[in-house]
Parts: sequence; structure tokens; C-alpha cells
Amino acid sequence: MAAVTAVGAQRQARGIPASPDDKTIVHVLNRLGFGPAPGDVERVRNLGLQAYINRQLHPERIPDTAMAARLAGFETLAMSTRQLAEDYYLPAQMQRRQAQRAAAADAANPEMMRPAPERPAPGAMQGERRVLAELTQQKILRAAYSERQLEEVMVDFWFNHFNVFVGKGQTRLYLTEYERDTIRPRAFGTFRDLLGAVAESPAMLFYLDNWQSSAPQGAETSMQQRRGRAARQPQMAQPPPQNRRRGINENYARELMELHTLGVDGGYTQKDVQEIARAFTGWTIDMPRQGGSFRFDPRMHDSGEKIVLGVTIPGGGGKKDGEMVLDALAAHPSTAKFIATKLARRFVADDPPAALVERAARRFRETSGDIREVVRVIVTSQEFFAPSAYRAKVKTPLEFVASAVRASGVDVRNGQPLVNALRELGMPLYGCQPPTGYADRAEAWVNTGALLNRMNFAVMLSGNRLRGPGGRQAGGAPIPQDRIAAEIMAGDVSETTRQTIAKAANEPQKIALLLGSPEFQRR
Amino acid sequence: MTSRRIFLKNGGLALVSLGFAPTFLARTVEGLAARQKVLITIFQRGAVDGLNMIVPFGERDYYTARPSLGIARPGAGADTAIDLDGFFGLHPRMRPLAPFWESGNLAIVHACGSHDDTRSHFDAQDYMESATPGVKSTPDGWMNRYLHAKEHQKATPFRAVALARQLPRALQGSAPALAIGQISEFGIRAGQATDMATSFEAQYAEAAGSVLHATGREAFDAVKMLKLADPSQYAPSNGAEYPRSPFGEALKQIAQLVKADVGLEVAFAESGNWDHHANEGAAVGVLANRLDDLSRGIAALARDLGDRMQEVVVLTMSEFGRAVAENGSRGTDHGHGNAMMMLGGGVRGRRVYGKWPGLAREQRHDGRDLAITTDFRAVFNEVVRGHLGLADTSRVFPGFTGKERLGLF
Repeated sequence: MAAVTAVGAQRQARGIPASPDDKTIVHVLNRLGFGPAPGDVERVRNLGLQAYINRQLHPERIPDTAMAARLAGFETLAMSTRQLAEDYYLPAQMQRRQAQRAAAADAANPEMMRPAPERPAPGAMQGERRVLAELTQQKILRAAYSERQLEEVMVDFWFNHFNVFVGKGQTRLYLTEYERDTIRPRAFGTFRDLLGAVAESPAMLFYLDNWQSSAPQGAETSMQQRRGRAARQPQMAQPPPQNRRRGINENYARELMELHTLGVDGGYTQKDVQEIARAFTGWTIDMPRQGGSFRFDPRMHDSGEKIVLGVTIPGGGGKKDGEMVLDALAAHPSTAKFIATKLARRFVADDPPAALVERAARRFRETSGDIREVVRVIVTSQEFFAPSAYRAKVKTPLEFVASAVRASGVDVRNGQPLVNALRELGMPLYGCQPPTGYADRAEAWVNTGALLNRMNFAVMLSGNRLRGPGGRQAGGAPIPQDRIAAEIMAGDVSETTRQTIAKAANEPQKIALLLGSPEFQRR
Repeated sequence: MTSRRIFLKNGGLALVSLGFAPTFLARTVEGLAARQKVLITIFQRGAVDGLNMIVPFGERDYYTARPSLGIARPGAGADTAIDLDGFFGLHPRMRPLAPFWESGNLAIVHACGSHDDTRSHFDAQDYMESATPGVKSTPDGWMNRYLHAKEHQKATPFRAVALARQLPRALQGSAPALAIGQISEFGIRAGQATDMATSFEAQYAEAAGSVLHATGREAFDAVKMLKLADPSQYAPSNGAEYPRSPFGEALKQIAQLVKADVGLEVAFAESGNWDHHANEGAAVGVLANRLDDLSRGIAALARDLGDRMQEVVVLTMSEFGRAVAENGSRGTDHGHGNAMMMLGGGVRGRRVYGKWPGLAREQRHDGRDLAITTDFRAVFNEVVRGHLGLADTSRVFPGFTGKERLGLF
């Protein structure tokens, strides 16, 4: 593996300019991360562009102690789902039920004089909110302050690729573990490994309903099949899964192909969807209300033969059925092309050059989906460094907010105002409802309302109204606007924008006019 | 000229005295002469269960397929379907819409949808909003193409508005359209620093790249115009009570824009969370609560707009219907045909349009879903022709050759 990496690095490195100018360095910082912070350009220049890129591709080698210290108070980030359920969600749920029962009783006896219903103590509800507050804040704070910038980009990319939605039932319980244990450790791993981890993650199993999908009425389940083999042996009667009725659910099977692997034009049929849904019956969650983990339940699994994309999966495979489907999908050429396209769109341009996509897809196939190597091909390519790619992307709201915080040098201690701002800008964290995830194209994000909100965010940030309780400025003096323009934006500020800044009454207004400018909306 | 002077006296004067001379001011004033037709579309994202929204209670197979989810036939009690015509009924929680059916202003098209077979939310929404089923490369939405097809010399920035943070696909395209989350917060909020807006406006007027440039100009035109309308002083008319939900809030703001005469012609509102694969509920439950929100919202809008509903059509849509039979999790999986609702003064209501295909297994699409007898574009087409008054709709619905006329108007 190491040999492959070294050869790959040498072969692709020719896209990297030997002696990069500031614009090139700013470009790399804008694409491999959430934009330059004060001092970044000089640091990269001293380290060398190639070395910087290599370093970012190996986040485990980058110390990030300041980030760890910043998140030290966020205790729920390290907790298991079961513990989160016990400490936060179940108490809150119990309180809600009590409140509902009280309300129902009130509604049933409107005439009766009754003492005011006991108001639930606010503690449990606050606790529940705390979990989500810490999760959302860590996301934006990491984007703004982590040294492992590319890792944050990739975690965001994969979460968005394998999107789950906070608003769908129990999904919220599993978000912390999903990002921390499923996505983050595999952001630079192999695609098949990531795909498998997502398939077994309770967050995805719940979000796309597969946890409830079971063999249709009349189909033989693995459990029945096993019993058949052990014929005549007296057995304890196995009760059917509690409160659960039979039937497949196609939701995961469809999105697995359309959104996770092959892409919508990847060449599959409704029949494939049904067969894959059958293969994944029994991939479920052990007690989801208590925050339980993945479990394969043979009583729910359809043990018959399946035919997926022309390949026969023999009957009786149990959990292996699903594994075989994942193997086939991860190795499918449509998957290589689909993932390569999305990565190239993220790093290079909304409509990435076809030749680059082809090379990245080939690398995906050659390395059996080694994500690090595919990303390396893209970010060291000639297309990546081409003048046509420079500032070609319009920032998403997340990229805009994180880059503005980085550029301004503001030390945000309370991330909540940033989290709220992202909701205003139309990109609530963990709040994308459809499984498509958020769009990565300019048209989706440039509209009149959102554009005005970006300017308003710049006004708030520079006016220091975003710090919240406990916020303070880093190291005394704020970064002056002319330094942001020269260093962070490599001087790419229009004459008109310079004139409006020159006329502004004070420094915060100057910074607001710079961060809200059309130039700063691009990366 | 008279009307222009009155307008300036009533609201525009302040603007003029501030030194703005916006070009749209004249346009608005002239636009007041003839009352604008308005189309308000509501997208029920996630694929509403049309068979439990508009219940075919006259079908035995409906009840066979839905042992736990079926809505009871009209009868005593609050949990039975509201009879429309002896065969179809409204879900019991849609009672707020019943008066509009009685008064002949509410029409329904059932077994309606896209002949494309996709059961993907993403694709089906895309197709419904581009109105080119099966063609993914269509760059713009049908509502945007309407804006082009019917050029409006006096168009204001508010001609096309989505009450949403993101512009929906239906309104995306090269004609200007506005996405607004909250109209009361629309503008640059810089406190005392009032010249910040002017500065940003100057920057975006010179912005490189057409996307940021054009969008920036639209934004600042719109801000000035909305100031005139003074949305902060809004009280709904006729005792209309909107539900306290994002959807209710969106409809209320659409009503404000209609009544403010800012040139609104097509509006778009989102109604989310209709994808009930599990524990959908019947007369009560998750779907029931969503239908309650939907119905109370639309009823409040119609009441609030009062006699202005003569010029307004409200049209609901959803990407596809749901399977006839309930699934193993007391929910419904992705299906095919669905129902659309239409409410307005000019609508020939009190009628369920379309040919009913039946729900017996052999009558279903693929043996499992409600079949489609009316192409959704036939409904869009009639709205654009009959209500918005565009004679030639071939550019709005390219490739659509359906000749059928439902007679909705």
C-alpha cells in the first residue's frame, strides 16, 4: 500500500507548481480547507505546497491540541449512544409523555376544576438540547479552527454524501456516534469499508427505514430455514419480533444505489431495488429507543435467492447477502465515476473537467476505492491548478461562515450564533431532510434572500455580535481589513469594493463590507 | 397619472424623499390598474399519501389493502371521511377545506401524476418541478419558463417569490425569482449604519460573474420595494387564523405580498414531511397532523384574501403517491398516482376530475400502485392557460402534447 501511495504521489505531483505565488497558496487553502486564516499563507509557503498537501492528506500526523482544548467542555461528544439515551433522551421523552398525558387529561375533562398540571422540570429537555447543541457547534468550530482542515472537508463531504436528517425520529440519537465512529475514521479510508460501516450504522438504518424491513409474509426466513435443517429436534417456540409486522421496505435499497454508489443513471431497475431490499432484510437495530446498536436478525431475513444487477446471490446467505450487494456496488464502474465526479465537483468546479473525472475514477478502480488516493489525484492535478478553476466555486453557506470566521481571526467561544446563522442561510447543520444531502453547485445557494443574509452575517461577525457569552477577541487587536484583503484574498478585491470600504465609517464596517462582498463569496 | 400621484402620497413619497428613484416604482403603479392574476403553488415534499388525503371510500379494495391505515367511510364520529361526492372523501382532519368544496371553489384531480416510473423522491420532484418527466438535463423549472413565455414589461422583483430559504427547482432559471425566508427581515440589518446597504449594492452592481451580479441587483431592488409595503404592520383579514407552523407562516406572508400589490404573480410554498414509510397513522397520527396543518393553512389563506380569491388559484402537488397497500411497518412505500387540489374563485370546483382507474390488483400500476389517468402537466397546462392566461404554452411544457381538457376553469 505504501508503495502504491508513493508512486501515485510522484506520478500526480506534476500538477503542483514548484514555486507557487500567493494566489495559488490561497487557492489550495480555499479548496483543501475552509479558507486561509491569518498567517496560513506564510506557513504554507515555508512548508512547501506539496508538503502541505501531503500533510493534509494524513490528518493523523497533524497535532490539533488547540482544537481538542476548545472542545474539551463538550462532554456529550465522547459519549456512547446508549449513554446519551440514558442520560438525556429517555428522561426528556418521559417528560414529554407526562406532559402529553396531562394535556390529554385536561382535554378530556375541560369542565373539571383541577390543579394546574405539574410542569415538567426543564432539566431533561435542556439536557436533550445540549447533545445537539454540542454536536452542531463542534462541526462549525472544527471547520473554523481545526488544523486538520482537509479532514473537516472530507467528513463534511461524506456526511453529506451519506446524509441523514436530525428531524427523523430516533436518528437524532445516533448522530454523534454516526459522525464520530462511522464517518470520521473512514474519511480517507477505502470506500467499501465506509459503505459497509454506513450500512450497519443505526443512524442510516433508522433514517432510511431499513431497521424495520423484514421478509414479506409467506417468505421463508433464515430462522425457519435453520429450524428446517434441525428437523425433529424439539425447539423452544421463537416469538416473532415484538410489535413488528412483516414486509420489505425499499427506501434504503433505492438510495443505496441512487445516492450512495451508482448514481441515478448508474443502470439499475425497480427489480434491483426490490431484490436489494430483500437482501438487507434483518439488518436492524437492537432496541433503538434505548440507543442500541446494529444487529442482524435472522427472524426478519428473507432467506430466498436474490438476483441483483444480474448477479445471483444464492439463498441461505444470511447477513452475507447484504455484504455481497455492497461488494458488487463498491466495485461497480458507475460507482467509481459517481464518487469521482462528486469529489471533483467539491474540489475543482461545479462542472468538473471530464478528463480529470476519468483519471480520478480510474484511480478509484485501481486502488479498490482508496479515498485518499482519489483525492490526491484531484488536488494535485493540472486541472485543479488551472486558471479556470481559480475562484470558480461559489461558497456554500457553511464554507462562507467558516471562511469568514477564519479570515477575521475572531475567537468564537460559543458556536451557537454560528449554528443559528447557518440556519438563516438555508443550510442548517444535520438538517438536510432529503437523502440527497446539500447541493454543491452555485445556483442552489445564490438567491436574493440568502445573499442578503450573507451580507448580514458579515455585519454581525465584524460587529462582534456573534461571540455570545464568554466570547472574546483572540490576542488583543482584531485583524485589520487591509490585511484580510491582501493576505486572505490575495488582493483579489475589485476597485468598487475598495471604494466602498474607503468610505466606511469605522473598521468593523470595513470588515463587514469586505466579508460581505461578492469577491469573498467565491473560493 | 392620477393613480401614480395617489400612490406616491400614500407610501412612495417617503422613498422619493430619501433620494431613491427606483425604476420599479412606476411599474408598480401602472400594474395596479388591472388586478394581477396570482398562482400559489404548494409542494408537498416527500410524496403525500393521496389515498388517505382524498379517500376513495367507495372502493372495497381500499379497505382490503389498508387494514390498519384505512380511513373509515363517512358516518358518525369525527374520525370518518368527509363525504365529497358519494365515492371520494376528505381525510377527517381536512374539515377546514370542506366549506370551499361546498361553495364550489375547491376542485380535486385524482389518479394524477407523472407517467415516468421513478420512485425516487429526488427524481420525481425534479421532474415535477422541471415539468419534463424523464429528462434530467432540463435547466429550468416550469414556473420560471412561464415567466419567460409571458414577458411582463412591468415586472417587479416580486413577480415570482418562493417563501423558502432556497429557491425551489420550479422557480430556478434565467428569469428573476426571489427566495425569502421572512419578509419582515428582508434587507440589510446594520442598525445605524444605513449606508451599508448602499455600499453593498454598489459592490454587487459591479460584481464579476453573472450569478452574483444579477442576484445582487434583484436583491436590492426588492428590499426597496418591500419597504414601501411595510410588512411589519400586517393583520390578517376576516378573522383568518394561520397555523403556527413554518407552512402557515409562509402562506401568511404570501397573503401579505398579494395584498400589498407589489406585483406578485407566482408564489411557491413548501410543505414538508410527507414521507411516511412507518407508523403513518390513520384518522389520527403523523399524516393526520400534517393534513391538519395543510388544510388550516390553505383555509386561512383563502379567508384572509377574501374577495381577492377571485384572482387567485392555489394548487397543491406532490412528487408521487404511495403504494395502495400498507407495508410491514404500518406505513406506505413509494407509489405512483396521487391527488392534486385546486382552490380559487375561478375554479370550477365541487368536482373530482380525472378518470378513476380502480384499486383492484389488476387495475393498479405494476400491480401495486394507483395508476395514472391524468398527466400532471395537463393540470399545470390548464392553470397556465385558463388562469394565468398564456395562450401558447409549448415553451412552458416542452414535449407535452396532451390534448385532453379537464375543464377546470
